[in-house]
Amino acid sequence: MAIKKHELSVEVNGRTVRAEVEPRMMLSDFLRHELGLTGTHVGCEHGVCGACNVMLNGRSARSCLTYAVQVDGAKIETVESLGTIDKLHPLQQAFWEKHGLQCGFCTPGMLISALELLEKNPKPTREEIVDHMSGNLCRCTGYQNIIDAVAYAAELMAEQANG
Amino acid sequence: MSIKDIVIPPSRRKIGPAKSYNHIGKPMKRLEDPPLLTGTGQFIDDVVLPHMAHAAVLRSPLAHARIVKIDTSAAEALEGVVCVLTGEDVAKTNDPQFGSGNGIEQYCIAVGRVRHVGETVAAVVAESRYIAEDALELIEVDYEELPVIATVEQGIAATGDGILHPNHENGNIAFECNYDFGTVEEDFAAADHVIQRELRWGRTSGMPIETSGAVASYNPGRSKFEVYSNSSMYNYFGHGIAASLRVPPSKLNVIPVYAGGSFGSKMFAHKVPTLTATLARAAGRPVKFIEDRIDHMLSSDQHGPERVFDCSVAIKGGKMTSVKIKTVDDYGAYAQFGVGHHGNALSQVTGPYDIGSVRYDLKAVLTNKCQQGAYRGFGAEVSNFMIERLVDAAADELGEDRVEFRRRNLIPKEKFPHIIPTGNLYDSGDYQAVLAKALDKIGYDDFRAEQEAALKEGRYLGIGVATVQERSVFSATEYWMLERDPAFPLSSVPESVGITVDVSGKVVVDLHAPFWGNSPETVVGQVVAELLGVDPTDIIFTYADTDHGLPSAGPAGSRYTVMISGAVVGATEKLVTKMKRMAAVMMGTDEEDVDFRDGIFITRSGNRSKTIEEIATAAYNFRLDFPDSDDFSSGLTVQHVYDHPLTTMPADDRSHLGIFYPIMGHMCHVPVVEVDIETGSVKILRYVAVHDCGTVVNPLTLGGHVRGGTAQGIGSALYEKFCYDENGQFTNASFADYTIPSAYEMPPDIQIGHVETPSPYTEFGVKGAGEGGRMGAPPAVVAAVEDALKPLGVRIDEIPIGPSRLREIIRHSTGG
Repeated sequence: MAIKKHELSVEVNGRTVRAEVEPRMMLSDFLRHELGLTGTHVGCEHGVCGACNVMLNGRSARSCLTYAVQVDGAKIETVESLGTIDKLHPLQQAFWEKHGLQCGFCTPGMLISALELLEKNPKPTREEIVDHMSGNLCRCTGYQNIIDAVAYAAELMAEQANG
Repeated sequence: MSIKDIVIPPSRRKIGPAKSYNHIGKPMKRLEDPPLLTGTGQFIDDVVLPHMAHAAVLRSPLAHARIVKIDTSAAEALEGVVCVLTGEDVAKTNDPQFGSGNGIEQYCIAVGRVRHVGETVAAVVAESRYIAEDALELIEVDYEELPVIATVEQGIAATGDGILHPNHENGNIAFECNYDFGTVEEDFAAADHVIQRELRWGRTSGMPIETSGAVASYNPGRSKFEVYSNSSMYNYFGHGIAASLRVPPSKLNVIPVYAGGSFGSKMFAHKVPTLTATLARAAGRPVKFIEDRIDHMLSSDQHGPERVFDCSVAIKGGKMTSVKIKTVDDYGAYAQFGVGHHGNALSQVTGPYDIGSVRYDLKAVLTNKCQQGAYRGFGAEVSNFMIERLVDAAADELGEDRVEFRRRNLIPKEKFPHIIPTGNLYDSGDYQAVLAKALDKIGYDDFRAEQEAALKEGRYLGIGVATVQERSVFSATEYWMLERDPAFPLSSVPESVGITVDVSGKVVVDLHAPFWGNSPETVVGQVVAELLGVDPTDIIFTYADTDHGLPSAGPAGSRYTVMISGAVVGATEKLVTKMKRMAAVMMGTDEEDVDFRDGIFITRSGNRSKTIEEIATAAYNFRLDFPDSDDFSSGLTVQHVYDHPLTTMPADDRSHLGIFYPIMGHMCHVPVVEVDIETGSVKILRYVAVHDCGTVVNPLTLGGHVRGGTAQGIGSALYEKFCYDENGQFTNASFADYTIPSAYEMPPDIQIGHVETPSPYTEFGVKGAGEGGRMGAPPAVVAAVEDALKPLGVRIDEIPIGPSRLREIIRHSTGG
């Protein structure tokens, strides 16, 4: 029972990718297993934990609940689009400084959610950060250091913008 | 025999605590983080092998049934399917799983009978996970339903087909024991008050965000398996997987990867790597199997305890003298780690209190649920809850402030080292200091006025105080010492390290336990830097597989920092000795004339010196510059195996259990909560957690453990419970229905404090701290909720107390 494949053209981390995929292939699997972008993690496969969050046309989306064919023509950003080991993004730097991660498995999804928040709201209150980040589950940290990290990243990004 | 016969071994410590350090005690940023932050840490699902196939498993829809027939033909015929395995196939190639024994046998695929919903019935290997899952739909299984044992009461009463394991001689009683440690009857007879409670602890689990998984291959030419796995104790129990696969340990190489959290769930996750290796051997090609979330919830190796207690405490003159504990534990369908959870509980069963005797009557019952494994606390978190509820109840019934009652009953600091009735030793502590610091931080003395004012506005505020133990550094005797005649009296719990100074002078540290969300590189980096005078960020870390593994039990039972520090002290001592010897030759002087300071080998006069880099160059390249003796053999690699610093065997007659969990941390958790009596929801307004973990190696990462563990404890107290219905159906197997706390549910600031009482038995005086938060939060939160609802006469004897359950309790309360 061969399944008909569909053509797909999508911009991933600034690069245009063309591929043929089965209609049922999840975006998370496409990114991880077809493109080798294994920074995006899969925690629950039912849209609750947020580890698989990616930016889809500027908004965060659960890649485990999104079919790859749905992103034809879209713009995707994953954790790999942020900083590198030598030049961390302010969010990554802030998570490091504030000990906002332990096992690191939920971290890529957290970073993406935080990026979405700070892009639309560069000076969030603590309540706004909690509200926005409560869609991502972490089992290691108890969240406090994550909230601190997002607040600190907002400061770092403001400094960069001014400096 | 009695605890008076226990001879405390002398301390084997080499380096005591110092007033100040260069690296230890500093809040150093983690060395592990940069790859994790950039998405380049390698987790199990990131492993790809050439020609790799993918597996999915068919799970039992029934709690208890005979497997009459399985028809896999349609699945096998599906294009892209490589092979399909059933229990019948597995029984031909495998022996039972680790932990099987006494007639309780478990295979990685159920053989002949399923015993819980979600047990593996068949596995498909296919070209993709998608095809494998398609094929599952095509497998037809005929079941003959058997009586479902959904409760411990049903388990105890069952006969005939209601017996889960007919070859187990005690029916559905997995284990039963009755112990009196000390003069229990006399103490109760002499009591002026006896306080009794019936308590209930619900089934929860670690639920790391990454599930268990494995990627396995089998080389028939070499008859050898290679298994990438996020299981943790591969250098301790890895041979157990080899035994299931019917190969010698040397024919199984387990290769570690980063684990995305564990909390016990991957401490020894054995079903997944065994199944994956079995499938790879059958398929003749590499196979990947990653549990999905539902797999992980239904059939993992780590459901936590589910216990009921009937317990009482004897009090004479305001002091607790004895405790009687009758507990029934719902073990699920199989046994793992024997009675370890209860051995663990007995390490600190009397809490931080000066209690002279204990009765422990245990019945562990087999039911049609997933087996128990380890979850942060490993059973001791449950006994913490039990003793704290009893202490609060005692204070209430005596009409006394809960804090005052504790103050009078805490073990005074001059009594350490202190042996408790079960035989375990508490090495050191200052419990009054921890309590005082916590109360000061929360503003305990001002709270009652705040509470009273709030009540006038119709708001129900409460404060809870839990003073609990945080045992660390387990000895393996806990797994079996409750048995009179153990088949395998394991007593080794080592930890090892290899340290190389490479040809360029860089320090390379080889760890023998994996990263699983703890901070092995950071902690070891700080200790190595302290001892070798190198920059911790300059150290390179490797993780040994089982082919190259030294004895290691890894991070479990809050042991890793203590044990790896011991290993590092031993290894660096060997390394410095060799380098000093070489430096002396290089500088033309005697060894005694050479000091090692801040990473430099220097003569006493100070006029000549050699760096580690210079010695490394010579050690690897210039053999003929040194004397012709083995003391100067080429290279700079050392290894050290560090055994448990302080453990003794149980008494033969089990009048005591010996010293088995002696490096004793302590904590005081104090939450302030507000309860909405209309909805039953609980909001935590403030939270203080003061810990004594001895010498703190890294306050930043320790704080992370405390807060993260506290979040899990809050989850256990208020939100989490695995629900099985009367048919043994698991009714909340998803993150949508099993609700772990999100950022919303957490208090805004968990304030952390430390009291440092160094252990006299460990290097630098370090104590373990990995599990603490979860061992303290449940009794503290419940006490706070009860305090808030005191005007309504509410008593809480169970967890979790989610909103609907709390509403029910309020409705049935005397004042509700």
